[in-house]
Amino acid sequence: MAGPDEFAVIDAAAVERWIRAFAAAIAEHEPELTRLDSAIGDADHGANMNRGFKAVIAKLDEASTSGPAAMLKQVGMTLVSTVGGASGPLYGTFFLRMATAIGDTDTVDQKLFAAALRAGVDGVVARGKAEAGDKTMYDALAPAVDALDAALGGEDASGALSAAADAAAQGRDATTPMQARKGRASYLGERSVGHQDPGATSAALLLRTAADALG
Amino acid sequence: MKKLINDPADVVTEALSGIAAAHPDLRVDLDHKIVYRADAPVQGKVGLLSGGGSGHEPLHGGFVGPGMLDAACAGEVFTSPVPDQMMEATRGIDGGAGVLHIVKNYTGDVMNFEMAAELAAADTGVEVVSVVTNDDVAVQDSLYTAGRRGVGVTVLVEKLAGAAADEGRDLAGVAAIARRVNDAGRSMGMALTSCTVPAAGQPTFDLPEDEMEIGIGIHGEPGRRRVPLAPAREVAEMLVEPILTDRDFTGDGGTLLFVNGMGGTPLLELYVMYREVSRILAKAGVSVARSLVGPYITSLEMAGCSVTLLQLDDELLRLWDAPVRTPGMRWGV
Repeated sequence: MAGPDEFAVIDAAAVERWIRAFAAAIAEHEPELTRLDSAIGDADHGANMNRGFKAVIAKLDEASTSGPAAMLKQVGMTLVSTVGGASGPLYGTFFLRMATAIGDTDTVDQKLFAAALRAGVDGVVARGKAEAGDKTMYDALAPAVDALDAALGGEDASGALSAAADAAAQGRDATTPMQARKGRASYLGERSVGHQDPGATSAALLLRTAADALG
Repeated sequence: MKKLINDPADVVTEALSGIAAAHPDLRVDLDHKIVYRADAPVQGKVGLLSGGGSGHEPLHGGFVGPGMLDAACAGEVFTSPVPDQMMEATRGIDGGAGVLHIVKNYTGDVMNFEMAAELAAADTGVEVVSVVTNDDVAVQDSLYTAGRRGVGVTVLVEKLAGAAADEGRDLAGVAAIARRVNDAGRSMGMALTSCTVPAAGQPTFDLPEDEMEIGIGIHGEPGRRRVPLAPAREVAEMLVEPILTDRDFTGDGGTLLFVNGMGGTPLLELYVMYREVSRILAKAGVSVARSLVGPYITSLEMAGCSVTLLQLDDELLRLWDAPVRTPGMRWGV
């Protein structure tokens, strides 16, 4: 296990483990995501994400790409081209911005990974124009990147990513009492209160699988 | 769930394949899920592209043809299409005069069309202008929502902007008509039952026999409030009152009254609603010059209806009466 000053190195194989783990988690949680989206949206978040990540996995099976950035870019492009709805552009932009932030390097240390994750989250904000408290995936992502940055100094790799995943899960839970101000759930006004946000739920899975695969 | 489908995963592609078989005037790209008019691109004419989730038929593929859209992109059920489709369609209908994207105001549609327009500008050099429809007065506080939804007025924008493009207007002129129609129209909808998304397999929301949802959208998203079931005349009040509160419809040109079925309501009931709505309008001093009654923008098998009112003027009246030849709307040809 890497110590506080020895950042774990994330290579293309590690990124692939993460993407495959997230795809598996989406498949496993498809009914839950759809059920959550039925309550306040249009009942398609699980199906859409699963369709996109099946396509992502098919691409990964075809041929492995050269580096972490190329792989993340391929994931992003595939999601934009297959998911549709709001999740396609949001998750697609997330992975594309991560790829850009990583740039042309084969080995990503945890600092760079944290910076890339933040760039991805900034991309989600730029695309979706969501703010904290709007009851969206951003409410899970924002505390996660903050927790990751805060943990970088003192924790080992695994601990820092776990802290990020825990923060994402708390952020997801915190969406339940919120009133939605973005996406289709916003049309419900006060009736959106009391339901966990499906986008925050899939985003928490994204961080949990990152902790499991990269930690 | 009882549906006439094979596999939920194939429902959109198989429906498009059926559209292609039924309508020789149309050309369908099954790979990209795009419905084109067979003679696209029309040289020198502004191309009109719309699209959105499937499940709202005849919107949008059923409105492709002379006098309306040049192409429509079909997404999965209730899911926006993707930028690749929109790019491909934009290229396919550009006759040298640019392309108008008609986008309903939903987060997914807006984001995907935005990405497509960005890519189109960089990649293809086709000039693209987008118009977003947002006519649903059920969305009360736009500051705290994603803004008003685009519903019934979208059909009217496609017809009227389509006629303007047929007259040979340039891209800016066609876009101006589309925006003017959107500004002059308001809608409000209600549901008696939920729809069932094929992939989800169960009704999107539960609605007891003795209740109805007022202010629903077209994706099975529940409405603003749930009230006890009431006779048609009271439902008509609940739909018309917020429309007339939001905009004045007593202009000289008269109005277009559009009573739309959500997919599971028979025409018999839509005409009952038309009667009630037109009586309320007469009392309010709103004159009706044109009407449209039927299922035009639907929500799978949801029972219910929406009312759309559009303020007309001489120009919009002339564009409305212009010939149109599509599977879902056809006259004057």
